[in-house]
Amino acid sequence: MKIKEVDIAVVGAGSAGLSAAYQAALAGAKVLVLDENRLPGGQLFKQIHKFFGSRAHQAGTRGYTIGHQLLERVEKSGAEVWLNTLVYGMQKDCSLGVIHDDQHWTIKAKKVIVATGAKENYLAFPGSTLPGVMGAGAAQTMINVNRVLPGQRILMLGSGNVGLIVSYQLMQAGADVVALVEAAPNIGGYGVHAGKIRRAGVPFYISHTIKAVTGDGQVEHVELVQVDKMFKPIPGTEKTFDVDTVCLAVGLNPMTELIWMAGCKFCFIPAFGGHVPLHTEDMETTVPGLYVAGDVTGVEEASSAMEEGNMAGVAAAEALGFLTAEDAEKKKVEIRGRLNILRSGMFGERRRTAKTSQLQSMSDYQAQKGGVQ
Amino acid sequence: MDGVKYTGVPSAEELASCPGIPSEERMRKGRVACVECVQEIPCNPCEGICKFQAITVGEQITSLPCLHEAKCTGCGLCVANCPGLAITILDKSFSETEGTVDFPFEYLPLPQKGEVVDAVNRAGEVVCKGTVMAVTKAASYNGTAVIRLRVPITCVDEVRSMKRLPRTNMKGV
Repeated sequence: MKIKEVDIAVVGAGSAGLSAAYQAALAGAKVLVLDENRLPGGQLFKQIHKFFGSRAHQAGTRGYTIGHQLLERVEKSGAEVWLNTLVYGMQKDCSLGVIHDDQHWTIKAKKVIVATGAKENYLAFPGSTLPGVMGAGAAQTMINVNRVLPGQRILMLGSGNVGLIVSYQLMQAGADVVALVEAAPNIGGYGVHAGKIRRAGVPFYISHTIKAVTGDGQVEHVELVQVDKMFKPIPGTEKTFDVDTVCLAVGLNPMTELIWMAGCKFCFIPAFGGHVPLHTEDMETTVPGLYVAGDVTGVEEASSAMEEGNMAGVAAAEALGFLTAEDAEKKKVEIRGRLNILRSGMFGERRRTAKTSQLQSMSDYQAQKGGVQ
Repeated sequence: MDGVKYTGVPSAEELASCPGIPSEERMRKGRVACVECVQEIPCNPCEGICKFQAITVGEQITSLPCLHEAKCTGCGLCVANCPGLAITILDKSFSETEGTVDFPFEYLPLPQKGEVVDAVNRAGEVVCKGTVMAVTKAASYNGTAVIRLRVPITCVDEVRSMKRLPRTNMKGV
């Protein structure tokens, strides 16, 4: 077993992790980024659409371009990046168990930033295990990273931005999307994303869900059924489509396994995808020296993940004395301002309320702990 | 139910109260941007790309983009730079009977200049035939092509895109 000591270890080389690594290395910290994938960038390199947000967030720039820019900045900052690297565990002292180049390493870092992202939810229905039923994120990886079209006639379940964007990209890749199905009584994602696929002729079935998928060894048909306000199927409303692929865009949940191991305290916030770690505005968890950033703190989107990464990187560097309190605060004020903008408006409101409640849970925890001592 | 939240198509009411829609009078004078952005989402590239301050969003970036039609020259930079593909350039001055619609298009194959294609409305329904006047792929468009279609003047308010072309005989893709 080999041991490596660094100032700051970052787990995950996606939007949040790379941003954190950049900020910390820029401040002068010795930073090591660990990622299990062959390529860095997390989900950024499969985002071929133009991003929303403010011009400060490079709105109008395609996701993969933002990924390249971020990667270039990280490389110049001097942070070290280990790819094909599995982080299988974390001790109470936050040292990391790592397999890198077929060797077992222990990474001892003064501060650890966990930016492991999120994973796709699945949905069970008769036929949901047939080949051809897959996550929308998986389909997006197939078309935009591996250049493989998963099918020709596709049905998408879920009308959040992931379902809408991946439907659009599947058509760009040459498939037909025969229907977009949503159990809720309205479309979940942005109207402009819905408008794009509607102009391409895709019908929306709101208040509908999948009753069953059938086929001989693979997806051949999908049966939809309308649901009432309580999401109960309404008999007699079934419709059948011939399809070869069914994509599920039914939400994501934070990848929290590592931070559970470290003993972080959690709260349950459905709007964020489930159990999320309590953390301060500096992104530090209830375990001193352990920071979190991005979707692992609650599922949002790439721009927010980058800003949380910036915050964690600045705060961890400050805690180690690489930034003065004054310099750090200047950066934090800017980051907080940009985060507030990203969590504003009719679509941001739910996430802002969720984040406020998460921060409040942390304050309550700290107050309680302070009281006991 | 009606409206973009239910159908993906902005309703007549949503469009009527949208501050990005040009007046009939302005469209009769010549090319002008039509910004069909009806939901408050945090987004403002349209404001930054316009050289004439003809589209403003303001400090609160969830505000709806506001078109100042007198300042708009119809240059079309905003069409390819809107991440929501929600902007078109409309022109009802082309002739007595015909007008033009410029819209963003991100599907291959692209149509050829002079080709007659199926023009579609906001719901993807074919409303008329359109003749391709121009296919622009400037570097600053960042991968989005802008197609200019000539359509009957009565269809300018409806046409917002074209039907995707079959992917047969695609060259160099």
